[in-house]
Amino acid sequence: MRVTLKVWRQQRGKSKGKFVSYPVDNANPDMSMLECLDVLNEQLSERREDPIAFEHDCREGICGSCGFMINGIAHGPLPATTVCQLTMRHFKDGDELLLEPWRARAFPVIKDLVVDRRSFDRIIAAGGYISVSTGSAPDGNAIPVAKEAADRAMDAAACIGCGACVAACPNASAALYTGAKITHLGILPQGKPEQDMRAIRMVAQMNEEGFGGCTNIGECTGVCPKEIPLEVIAAMNRDFFRGTWHERDNVVITMRPFTEWSYGSKLQVDPRSTDG
Amino acid sequence: MELRSRIPAGPIQEAWDNARFEMKLVNPANKRKHHIIVVGSGLAGGSAAATLGELGYRVSCFCFQDSPRRAHSIAAQGGINAAKNYQNDGDSIWRLFYDTVKGGDFRAREANVYRLAQISVQIIDQCVAQGVPFAREYGGTLTNRSFGGAQVSRTFYARGQTGQQLLLGAYQALERQVQAGSVTMYPRTEMLDLIVIDGRARGIVTRNLVTGEVNTHIADAVILGTGGYGNVFYLSTNAKGSNVTACWRAHKRGALFANPCFTQIHPTCIPVSGDYQSKLTLMSESLRNDGRIWVPLKKGDKRAPDQIPESERDYYLERRYPSFGNLVPRDVASRNAKYVCDEGRGVGETGLGVYLDFSDAIRRLGRKTIEERYGNLFDMYQRITDEDPYQVPMRIYPAIHYTMGGLWVDYHLMSTIPGLFVIGEANFSDHGANRLGASALMQGLSDGYFIVPYTVGDYLASNKFESVSDSHPEIRNAIACVQQTVQKLLAINGKRTVDSFHRQLGKVVWDYCGMSRTAQGLETAIYQIRELREEYWRDVKVPGSADDLNQSLEKAGRVADFFELAELMCVDALERNESCGGHFREEYQTPEGEAQRDDDNFSYAACWGYRGYGNREDLVKEPLEFEYVHPSQRSYK
Repeated sequence: MRVTLKVWRQQRGKSKGKFVSYPVDNANPDMSMLECLDVLNEQLSERREDPIAFEHDCREGICGSCGFMINGIAHGPLPATTVCQLTMRHFKDGDELLLEPWRARAFPVIKDLVVDRRSFDRIIAAGGYISVSTGSAPDGNAIPVAKEAADRAMDAAACIGCGACVAACPNASAALYTGAKITHLGILPQGKPEQDMRAIRMVAQMNEEGFGGCTNIGECTGVCPKEIPLEVIAAMNRDFFRGTWHERDNVVITMRPFTEWSYGSKLQVDPRSTDG
Repeated sequence: MELRSRIPAGPIQEAWDNARFEMKLVNPANKRKHHIIVVGSGLAGGSAAATLGELGYRVSCFCFQDSPRRAHSIAAQGGINAAKNYQNDGDSIWRLFYDTVKGGDFRAREANVYRLAQISVQIIDQCVAQGVPFAREYGGTLTNRSFGGAQVSRTFYARGQTGQQLLLGAYQALERQVQAGSVTMYPRTEMLDLIVIDGRARGIVTRNLVTGEVNTHIADAVILGTGGYGNVFYLSTNAKGSNVTACWRAHKRGALFANPCFTQIHPTCIPVSGDYQSKLTLMSESLRNDGRIWVPLKKGDKRAPDQIPESERDYYLERRYPSFGNLVPRDVASRNAKYVCDEGRGVGETGLGVYLDFSDAIRRLGRKTIEERYGNLFDMYQRITDEDPYQVPMRIYPAIHYTMGGLWVDYHLMSTIPGLFVIGEANFSDHGANRLGASALMQGLSDGYFIVPYTVGDYLASNKFESVSDSHPEIRNAIACVQQTVQKLLAINGKRTVDSFHRQLGKVVWDYCGMSRTAQGLETAIYQIRELREEYWRDVKVPGSADDLNQSLEKAGRVADFFELAELMCVDALERNESCGGHFREEYQTPEGEAQRDDDNFSYAACWGYRGYGNREDLVKEPLEFEYVHPSQRSYK
């Protein structure tokens, strides 16, 4: 089959980007969207042109690396599917597909379809964990967890952190992502002791990163490759409101968002060294 | 060179306790004076970095992905073993130990395996406390399933996403330490060389994949948790970025590489569909619990599966191995799939596939139960193949999945370079010639959470560390090597792309050093690999520049290392004149076609030392003693 890929090309974060059209004559209905890009990139390399940069790793829909907009839809038209598992048979011969990176202030473009999602890591670092150091755990069966709670926690924990929810949201909100972790840990008995503070700190970091607010539109859950339910946002809001009351005397500190990649040209050396 | 494995003396049950007692401790106030580098952020690297941070060390953790949560451990589906005996079905630490040594076809180090079985129990406790949503019974207790190669139910799981959930647990623990300031995370940063000063590992050279900057990082110890080298085959179930570069460059600096030919072929993957194929997708082995594997009795039977009556089907695993049936270990299941396809009884368009049929299980348990157990896997299969496995049997074929070989380590998980520790799939120690299902997650977390944090402490407390200045000649030298390689790759400007070379290399390794091997084939492979490698350095084309995100350049460096590793794998396979586990030499088989070990001559780990580009490597042997589990012909009949 034949498709035309109209792809966002941008050399660096600070350079100006534009769409460039590439015909792909030898697409195959069984290949994935990413394999179609592989084929195009081989052709570009052979012509000594710069291949299209796109993020990918596991190519089985679980690592969360890949993702871009296809004709305005995050991860393309097939529900519950990342672009690495989206096969070309879902498009028609002759289709033109517009590929562009996630667009959000908190996800600056690095190159072409690759964006910086370190803001997601910082939201987790702010409180997306249960504080239990290695070695201090009781026997696994000492903490009974009702099957239903375990199942619901798992539904929320299935998030792969790809960022499609942010890209699809007109406000570029990270509420589904943040809510998923707050829900996963908050449902489980192990997560109860830190439930209030976790929600406050994660929400504060989310706001600090420049994600927009949630206005209950629901595009996020619609494009989510793991179908994280919208109710995780309700759970986040509930935990946040309760937490702000319980913890009203506590100060919440956030981490400074940064988008730089360079470590500086100076060699990094051991601080104890004589001339470092 | 004599290898000191540092296995503690005395009864195996007490070895780890005794070893820990004898280890020197670092004073809590001194811990933050030590800087430790962890390369890789998967189950092994991520858990090690988090735990070392909790202990108070200053840790720098590096990964080539955009976030530590992307490490390929995330793709593990089936589960994690632990000798909890919660199911009251006769499991014990001793049995897990026994199964793992036997499953590894008596080519693993007994003391390491025993320790792994002991620690398995703590791993589950730790992960539960972190909030890993393991599957539960209605009463709230943890549930288990059985897995290939075992007759007890000891596998803990979180739907078909166990690796993801365990990794997220480690990732969250790691991010907690990032927030606490004890761990500095360096994503999109690739290790390209090891800095060895006065014979000890003292740092690494990295390339920042966004800016192209080459930096050095100095530390008192370096830990590699960089995974396996399955991508040498090009098509594998590994993530596209998985590579051997960190380990290989450490090997070139003096770390011995052990048993490189021990690679695992996983029996249940989706068959190849075309030459554009970029990777193979694994279907969890847990599917074999309820699915029945068969092919038509007749050669070239092109009828649809539902048109083939029971009497004309061959459930070949159930027929040949009545006691284990579809649950035989991976090497046995894979090899048998190859046999029936070689006989011309394979299914699907290419004839390289066998059926994995759930119709009996759906009839017996109902569709809902099957959906609960395997729903996400069935969906994945349907998305890729456009066939509904609830209606039509799945088609599966073996694919490379895991590598048991890796850098040699002693009982402390330290390589032959003092101060360089290697954990998880990147080392060679625990799985022998074949890994049992649900044991990789166990080993990664055991090494990272519970072993290396102790043994690194012992190393730090036992040595003195001079400060190192950035003008040290070894550092200059390492940076120059890295920059030269990068410039050289960009300067060749030939005609063939990196992927085209990688694909061709993978085919050679798969054909001659894959599921079955012969001396003649391996010699052919070594010749072809050398020819192709020469061509690579003459004619590869790497577009772009060195000072921004250049994915072709990243791949080019990794493929260059795969070429050298591929040759070593074949040399190792040729040297080992026996069959064991995943290493099947056609010349050495029993009359029934099973692997024929030669314990008198090959009961050792083959450890290879680098001797310069293109030169044959040196072989050093670590003899393996089996005091507790006596080597026998593995039988699953």
